[in-house]
Amino acid sequence: MIEAGLFRSAGFRFGLVYAILLTISAAALAMFLWWFTAGLLDRQTASAIRADAQGLIERFDEGGIEGLVGTIEDRLAANVDDDAIYLLVDLNMNRVAGNLDTWPSIVDKPGEWQQFQVRRSGMRSLALVNRYELPDGYHLLVGRDVQVRVQLGNLLTDALIWAVAIVLAMATAGAVIVRSLFRRTVANVSATAAAIAAGDFAQRVKVSGRGDEFDQLAEVINDMLDRIGRLMDGVRQVSNAIAHDLRTPITRARGRLEEAARNAESNADLHAAIDRATIDLDDIVTVFQALLRIAEIEAGSRRASFRRVDVVTALEGVADLYGPVAEEKGVDLTVSYPQRLEINGDAALIQQAVANLVDNAVKFSPEQGVVKLAAAVEAHRIRITVTDQGPGIAEEDRSRATERFYRGDAARGTPGSGLGLALVQAVAYLHGGVLRLEDARPGLRATLELAHAEEGD
Amino acid sequence: MRILVVEDDKDVAGFVVRGLKETGHVVDHADNGRDGLFMAASENFDAIILDRMLPGGIDGLKILETLRAQKNAVPVMILSALADVDERVKGLKAGGDDYLTKPFAFAELLARVEALGRRGKAEVTQTKLVVEDLELDLLSRQVRRAGQKIDLQPREFRLLEYLMRHAGQVVTRTMLLEGVWDYHFDPQTNVIDVHVSRLRQKVDKPFPVPLIHTVRYAGYMLRAEGAP
Repeated sequence: MIEAGLFRSAGFRFGLVYAILLTISAAALAMFLWWFTAGLLDRQTASAIRADAQGLIERFDEGGIEGLVGTIEDRLAANVDDDAIYLLVDLNMNRVAGNLDTWPSIVDKPGEWQQFQVRRSGMRSLALVNRYELPDGYHLLVGRDVQVRVQLGNLLTDALIWAVAIVLAMATAGAVIVRSLFRRTVANVSATAAAIAAGDFAQRVKVSGRGDEFDQLAEVINDMLDRIGRLMDGVRQVSNAIAHDLRTPITRARGRLEEAARNAESNADLHAAIDRATIDLDDIVTVFQALLRIAEIEAGSRRASFRRVDVVTALEGVADLYGPVAEEKGVDLTVSYPQRLEINGDAALIQQAVANLVDNAVKFSPEQGVVKLAAAVEAHRIRITVTDQGPGIAEEDRSRATERFYRGDAARGTPGSGLGLALVQAVAYLHGGVLRLEDARPGLRATLELAHAEEGD
Repeated sequence: MRILVVEDDKDVAGFVVRGLKETGHVVDHADNGRDGLFMAASENFDAIILDRMLPGGIDGLKILETLRAQKNAVPVMILSALADVDERVKGLKAGGDDYLTKPFAFAELLARVEALGRRGKAEVTQTKLVVEDLELDLLSRQVRRAGQKIDLQPREFRLLEYLMRHAGQVVTRTMLLEGVWDYHFDPQTNVIDVHVSRLRQKVDKPFPVPLIHTVRYAGYMLRAEGAP
């Protein structure tokens, strides 16, 4: 069972693959080296013997037995290395010429390489020979003393075998190291995941800072955890908000109905109370719908319906819808945008986000104030800005302004649910953009920054 | 109008059926999918109000798909607690003509159903809409009242066109937002009221008899004086 467990371990498998690959490549290298050293020596000897024999046979054809004997003796005399072996025998296997005394019995067939021990000038040595048949019953034996070469070859072979063995040992050690490295890296991720599973959501995967693949993985996991964290905060915020901000209107409606049931003196009173309570309920439903819509946007499912849309169309629609409202209030709504600005996104959501910003701007604008709706491309980003001259949002409140139900001091007493900017921010995030709130001195400048979809994107 | 209400919740169904009857419609009611499908397929209605989630194994969308597969073009309004955009799209794709999410105001439901019933009747391609002495020419895009030319912005023209097409009917603010601006959300400020009031300035104010009326708790109605 231990073996089965070992094979199931990815670390072990990686280690094993490493070891096998290393050993195979080392063995291939060793074979290659052997082929070009020891193997080459053997091949060279064999071809030298063949060429030698070929020359002797041609000599016999031209000059007969005398010529051959002469040539053999010449060659022996000229052989400085003293490694040539010749033996010419007659029909009765009697020596005619050459540096061997007797025909070795092992060499009985022509065309076959034979290697055997010889004794030459009192020294044991190793000979590689071949037998050639000549006319008139003569036999010729041509060979080389290969003692030194064989020794060299054996040395090389031994060295290569040792090298492979050492590589094998190193591969095994390497495999163990790879496995433990792998384990340690994965342990980092799995320890974090386990801690989070146990409820410690503050844990993050450690980033080594090397910027390698494992760091990239760690960063992706950490980004994912951050996003989950944000979503969880959102859920917490919503439940808190429901607890606080929905209880109030519900209490109001309930109180109104209860009081009417107890104290209403006329039908008209009763109707008035019921009508007010219905309006309260409608407000609650509106808040609910806004909350659900933000949740729907944050869930990201609408990304599936993204397509290329023209932001300018949305802006024109909003300007058209709010123009008369602004005018009624004595507010000047000015617009400036190019002919076309394309993004990949959801036109209805962009429109709603911009409508919320313009709605706020008009609502908080002083009379005779100016609200500017503008859009422009800057460094591959589309910036939609809505600027008003209202009271703005105090610096310390700005980061909280996009929370659900947050209402600044200036907003108290004005109609609204405190969900407008939360929705805009959710739309911005959905499109991979941001919502920025800045001081326009005086007033507020809200910037919705989105990725520009350029030609050919 | 003869209207079929397919809704399993007793209270909601009772409230809708009573309301429709009070406004002079003939109403049939089915409280499960099987009966609903049977009635919708075997009888002629001017409109059907269809709940999406129904007991009896056949839900609202299934009824709708079956009707449309039988080439039954009766106007259908889907009523549902599922308010997601995706759900809305699913309902309209299945062949629904309108989609209303719960909770709803009865005035909204009534206005929408009456608009649907009217749509069901052959809508001849008109080139001119006339209510009393108000004329709107769809080809030359000109508006005249009592022979006098009225200059309207393009959006005001579309708003008036919408009101005139639904003359004699209540149109809610949501219907105007959807029909004229193609907005499917609720703006926080009552922008529609401002638009209608500006239209009134041009269409009603210079003349002795107003045509655009505010309907309390519901919306607006364009109708000739003396008409019901």
